Amino acid sequence: MTIRFGHAARWALIGGLACVTVAAFGYVGGWLAPHRLTPQRLVDTFEDNAGLHPGYRRNHAKGVCVAGWFEGNGAAGAYSTAAVFARGRTPVVGRFALPGGNPYAADGSVPIRSMALRFNLPDGGQWRTGMNAMPVFPVSTPQAFYEQARAARPDPATGKPDPARLAAFFAAHPETAAFRAWVKQARPSASYATERYDSINAFYLVDAQGQQRAVRWAMVPQAADAGPGPAGDPDYLARDLQQRLAVGPQRWNLRITFAAPGDPVDDAARPWPSDRRTVDAGTLVIDRMQPQDSGPCRDINYDPTVLPEGIAPSADPLLAARSAAYADSYLRRTAEEAHLPGAARPVPEATR
Amino acid sequence: MNTPTTFHPLARLLHWAMAGMIVAMLFIGAGMVATVSERHSGLLAIHKPLGIAILLLAIARLALRLRHRPPSLPADLPLWQRLAATASHWLLYALMLALPLLGWGMLSAGGYPVILGDTMRLPAILPENALLFAWLREAHRYLAWLLFLTFVAHMSAGLYHGLVRRDGVLASMLPSRRRREPVVTDG
Ligand code: HEM
Ligand code: HEM
Ligand code: HEM
Repeated sequence: MTIRFGHAARWALIGGLACVTVAAFGYVGGWLAPHRLTPQRLVDTFEDNAGLHPGYRRNHAKGVCVAGWFEGNGAAGAYSTAAVFARGRTPVVGRFALPGGNPYAADGSVPIRSMALRFNLPDGGQWRTGMNAMPVFPVSTPQAFYEQARAARPDPATGKPDPARLAAFFAAHPETAAFRAWVKQARPSASYATERYDSINAFYLVDAQGQQRAVRWAMVPQAADAGPGPAGDPDYLARDLQQRLAVGPQRWNLRITFAAPGDPVDDAARPWPSDRRTVDAGTLVIDRMQPQDSGPCRDINYDPTVLPEGIAPSADPLLAARSAAYADSYLRRTAEEAHLPGAARPVPEATR
Repeated sequence: MNTPTTFHPLARLLHWAMAGMIVAMLFIGAGMVATVSERHSGLLAIHKPLGIAILLLAIARLALRLRHRPPSLPADLPLWQRLAATASHWLLYALMLALPLLGWGMLSAGGYPVILGDTMRLPAILPENALLFAWLREAHRYLAWLLFLTFVAHMSAGLYHGLVRRDGVLASMLPSRRRREPVVTDG
């Protein structure tokens, strides 16, 4: 068979088109774009910093499951069509945790605690939120978060982050000023129940007319006996919660803060002035807890962009990044639980 | 009885419309899981309704396919190429149904609400089960890659017919007037 030039050119066209298509897919999928910040690279930094702990969340790894309900008082109903804000009860599955990727971290090792909640609305919608007990986030962008995590990577020699690298990171990131001022005076609390948990990222409430209002929300504790954690006990938080729940349910008020015109809506590193208008939308009641390796919170991804009708995400770039990174972390840990081929095997809590 | 020389006009319309949609879905899917930027949320918001639209169109297309015979392949086509063509076409049909079902099923198993657009919510098609979620989520990924590779091979084969063999096979799927020679299969 003789191959004429025209023939060869046609074959080249076909092969070339196939190659270009594959290369384009490889670029879009990130394999041929090694410098793009992907969810995988972001989540890898947690494993780099804290080690691989199969089955656990890659961040906020240590925690407990809780459950209860939200008692809406109707006060936020004028601002959002979400059924959770109507008068009445919405069941809640939640989780308290410590930030960081180490499931065995000592409770006193960080001055921050977190609360994650999934509200199951009567109309079938869901509201998921992950809140931290701090008023601002250190950084504004996923790239800066990644750099911060890299700077905080423990030095293999000391097992602790290199202070010089951290100092260099903070010097290069002036947006961290509000967080640094806050964290200087923050102390690890003795209880999950006495903490105020902030959404930090802003969202929009959408009313029946479709009007949007920028808000941040917080769970403000009714318990007033806050104090510093006891020394020498690495696991006091779960014990404290158990003791409190044995006496009675723990309560928080859901406080919604409305932005004034000009307030930064897409920057988690900048707090709003404290005189902004607030509305208390109801009471969160937590009356049960379970260990996180068997409780219902284990299999929930508290992706903050899972929102019911009546609540919408803001343009804060951290929200999309959280959604992408939590999905990757969730897939890793559920694949480990499911013993998927290639996934690391989880170690039972009791035999670690 | 004569077999048709071209695909049914509706089959051709569906073929090209869905080719565009499915290729777009492959790139949207691969792109959205490879970025932490706002594109992740924006693309996911397109991915879900577009995927469900593909599911509905694929069902309609399969029904049409079972009612209308496709034109037969040229008689001189080697047997292995006939087999490859038949197998890959059914694989493409299977994947264009399986991927949206897996997407819908894995979100159901993960306990996520399946929301299309701003307000439309689909019911869960599987019970909440995180282990099932993990299997389906990985299947969604690897079958999407299989669909991509099958598409590249299928496109190359189509161009081979159109540019190298010039046997009318590509034309039978194109909206043009050129027709394959009628094939008489029996008296
Ligand atoms: C780009 C920035 C961020 C990244 C990459 C990130 C990453 C992660 C990851 C991977 C998890 C584990 C998810 C899972 O496996 O289910 C997690 C949990 C969590 N994050 Fe973030 N996070 C970010 C920002 C924030 C912010 C701004 C807040 C503040 C409100 C926050 C609060 C939480 C909470 C409360 C949890 C625990 C949820 C639970 O108990 O399941 N995160 N984060
Ligand atoms: C023809 C139909 C579809 C195609 C070709 C397709 C393709 C893809 C691809 C290539 C990915 C990336 C996989 C990876 O590399 O991990 C993906 C992810 C995903 N797809 Fe689909 N998909 C389809 C339909 C659907 C449908 C109908 C849904 C839901 C209703 C869906 C939901 C998702 C979700 C949730 C992800 C993962 C997002 C994340 O982990 O952040 N897909 N899809
Ligand atoms: C993802 C994209 C695509 C999908 C899912 C797809 C799917 C299919 C399927 C299922 C068939 C079989 C029809 C039947 O027998 O009922 C078919 C036929 C065909 N496709 Fe595609 N196609 C795609 C893209 C393309 C492209 C880019 C070309 C261009 C070269 C092409 C050219 C053809 C031709 C020429 C036929 C007719 C084959 C024959 O006569 O047996 N397709 N396609």
